[in-house]
This record gives sequence, structure tokens and C-alpha cells, in this order.
Amino acid sequence: MDPIINLIIFICLGVASLVLSVLAVSSKSLLRSATYLLLVLICTAGFYLLLNYHFLAAVQISVYAGGVVILFIFAIFLTNAKGDILQKHQTRKYVFGGLAAIAGIAITAFALLKHQFVYSGNTSMDGDQEINMQVIGNALMGTEKYQYILPFEVLSLLLLACIIGGILIARKK
Amino acid sequence: MFHFSVVTNWIDELLRTYLPDGWALFIEFVLIGIAILTVYAVLALILIYVERKVCAFFQCRLGPTRVGPFGVFQSVADMIKILLKELIKINKVDPRLFRLAAYLVIIASICTFGAIPFDKGLHVVDFNVGVFYLLAISSLGVVGILLAGWSSNNKYTMIGAMRSGAQLISYELSCGLALMTIVMLSGTMQLSTIVEQQTTAWNIFRGGIPAIIAFVIYLIAGHAETNRGPFDLPEAESELTAGYHTEYSGIQFGFFYLAEYLNMFIIAAIATTLFLGGWMPLHIPGWDGFNGVMDYIPPVLWFFAKTFACVFLALWVRWTMPRLRIDQLLKLEWKVLMPISLINIILMALWIIYIDL
Repeated sequence: MDPIINLIIFICLGVASLVLSVLAVSSKSLLRSATYLLLVLICTAGFYLLLNYHFLAAVQISVYAGGVVILFIFAIFLTNAKGDILQKHQTRKYVFGGLAAIAGIAITAFALLKHQFVYSGNTSMDGDQEINMQVIGNALMGTEKYQYILPFEVLSLLLLACIIGGILIARKK
Repeated sequence: MFHFSVVTNWIDELLRTYLPDGWALFIEFVLIGIAILTVYAVLALILIYVERKVCAFFQCRLGPTRVGPFGVFQSVADMIKILLKELIKINKVDPRLFRLAAYLVIIASICTFGAIPFDKGLHVVDFNVGVFYLLAISSLGVVGILLAGWSSNNKYTMIGAMRSGAQLISYELSCGLALMTIVMLSGTMQLSTIVEQQTTAWNIFRGGIPAIIAFVIYLIAGHAETNRGPFDLPEAESELTAGYHTEYSGIQFGFFYLAEYLNMFIIAAIATTLFLGGWMPLHIPGWDGFNGVMDYIPPVLWFFAKTFACVFLALWVRWTMPRLRIDQLLKLEWKVLMPISLINIILMALWIIYIDL
């Protein structure tokens, strides 16, 4: 696609996600915050689409928008009384929050600029082409170098433990 | 065979000869947007009319007969009515979330609608991860429903939203697993490729018993996803007035209504695409004359015929079965459909290894 159009889309997404993130932390009602968070996550999916990484965009939407935010909303439903309004934060908290945000940006920027990406020298990965789903699947389930069967299995074990723990807490005596 | 790609390619080339690429793309985006919204609205009108007629016949009535011949313009009249209705302001609601909820529901529905392959070249979003995209984007609707229930400031809507959330999240699982069975069979998630693989035999024939089991599970779970039929607990009118959209009026209610009908169509269309060959005509190996005759029917017609057959099935179920209780509903999903679809995946793996090559 035209680089200018790419840039315009990128700026729109960036501005939207910035504004929505600020709204998410500054909103008075907890449920509104959760909704703004949902919109921020959808914007992130938009970034992935812009990078032609459709798989990650779909994962982003289905895991975060479809799973995590719904869990948040359920938790808010169960714990918050109707019409609860969040207390205003103290100024001290704003200062520390701002500092934490700047530190986060600094660390991320440092990591991004310093890190040597595996495929950065590989010109076959440049341009508009999309990585095939089969490649991603093989990378996730393979046992060779740069393939991720072990983390995949460890994570699924962790999730299983979480499920069992949840059931143990929730079940009737 | 006449494919719509002829028309769409012609438009594309026409625009590209007169305009730079960027502008041509932009105009195409706008055209596609208009086309999608128009088809969406027209299909909703058709579906509402069909639903009312079919329901009437099941109940030995006539249904709408007054507006136009056989009442075909009834839903058009209803549409004009709903567009002119007042949007009632509700006291003590969260207005921003209240409005956003209706949009979320309909946006999720339209985004899913865009990914349906109606014909070769008549397919807006054709991602490499098509099936996954469908599952992901349709889960946005749940958020809309939950927000609608909460922000309406009403007990009925709240209960409706909670029921709907529990129902949609549970049934999404067996929906996804049933689709996964077919993804295993075809080895790809791209919808256009899945359709084109079914030239000789539709997946439901090629996949044999596991595919048939997956098809049935998908129809049940998909039907539950649309909040209709025996699974309409979230909007059970005898218990909850109208469930999560009780407080909505005018076109905001219309959004929920449209999304509900179109979701029925979308579920039927996905079932058609993955199991019944999408826009592929029915081919029986060896019967060349028969296959030739079938090829004369345009693929779009094939697609809509199969989809409306599935829609009719959904209507049939809806107007035949009594409503489930919430515990029966959850038991059906977690103790019946889920285990069966998990076993079915193993069965499909065996089928692929030993029978289908």
C-alpha cells in the first residue's frame, strides 16, 4: 500500500489508542474504564493488521476483547455495586503514575532499539506479504531452534493449574 | 460457470485506468462499505419476512398478508416505522455505554458478515486466518450485550445480560471445536481455499462421520450463539420482558434486532461455507451430465440456496422446541456437546490418517 496511506492509518490508530488509554485510567466509572481498555486493545489489533500480521490481530481480539475484557466485566458486575463512583486519586499517585509510564516507555524503547531481531537481516520478510498460518503453526509446535513447543506446553500446564485452582476455590464444601 | 469475480475485476480495472492506485483503492473501500451495509439491511428485511411467514405456517396461521402481495412489503413498512420512532431517554443510565453497546453488537455482526465468501470475487475479507477471524470478531458481540444489560439500569436487562454472557462464552467453545474439525480436514483456515477444495466433494461428504457430527454440533452451538430458538433465555419474554435490550427503543433496538437476524444468517452461511461447499455446485463423481447441469446454476444462487436451507432449519427448531432452563442449557454444553466435540476431533484425526488422504 501507499506509504502515505499507511502513515495516515498509523497516526489515526496511534492517536485513538493514546486518547483511549488516558481515558481508561482517568474515567470515573470502573465499567467505562474496562470499555476504554477494550477499545485500546482493538486499536492494538488494528496495528497488527497494519503490519499484515492477521494471526496476531485475530489472537488479540479473541483473547483480549473476547476473553480478558469479558472476565473484567463479569468481575466488575459481581464486585461493584451499581452507581459506585471511583474516588479521585491523590496528586502523589499521578506523579508516580507518570514516572512509571515514562520509565516503561524508556525501557521498551531501549529494548526495541538495542535488540537484534532474528529476521531483521532477512529481506524475504520485508514488504506487504503475510506469514502463512502453517509457518506459525509449525513454529508453535516444533522442537527445533526458534520453535516453541516447550513454552507452549508449559503455558498450557500453567493454565490447567489455574483452572483446577479456580474450581477448588469455587466448589461447594 | 458465471463468477462475480468478472464484475469485481472489471470495476477494479476501470478504476485503476482512470485513477492513481491510492484513490482507486479508497473508492473501492467506500463502494464495498456501501454494498456490505445494503446487503446487510436487505437480508435483514428478507429474513424478518421469512421468519414471520415460516413461524405463521408452523402455527397454522397466515402471517403478514396485507402490505403488498403475500405481505412481502411488511418488513419494509416495519423498517420505515422503526426509523421514525423516538429514541427514549432513560433515567439514570450511563448514556455513553448505553449507546456504545448497540453499536458494538452490530459492528461485530457486520465485521463477521464481511468475511463470508458469497462467490469467487464476492468476498470482502479473505484473511489467511479466516476461520479464526470469524470466531474472534464475533466474540465482540458478547461485550456489547453485557454492556447493554448493565448500562440500562434495570434488573431484567442485567439478568438477561448475565445469562447471555454465560451462554455465548460456553457455546463459543463447541462452535470453535466443530470448526476446528473442518480446519483439520482442509488443512487451511482461509475461507476461499476451503471453498475451492470442495469442488469434487463437499466437506460433509469428504469428512464422513466426523464431519457430520461436527456439522450437527455446529448447528446446535451456532443456534445457541444467536440467542434464539430453544436457547432464547437471555430474552425470555415470559420471564425477562425482552432481556438485555428491554430499555432500548427506536433504531437502537433495531440494531439489536438486525444483529440477531443477521447472526442467524451468518451462522448458516459459515455452516454452508465450511460444511456444504460454500458456492460450489453439487457434484457427484461419475455423473458428468448431472454435474454439467448443476454448473449452469450460478454459484451465488447455490450459496444462498444452501444458506437459506440452514436458516430454515434454524427457524424450524426455533418454532418447534420449548425453551430450555438455564441449568439444562449449561449442562447441554459442558457435559454433552463439549466432550463429543473433543472426541470428534480425535475421530477426525483418525479419519484423516486412515481414510481420507
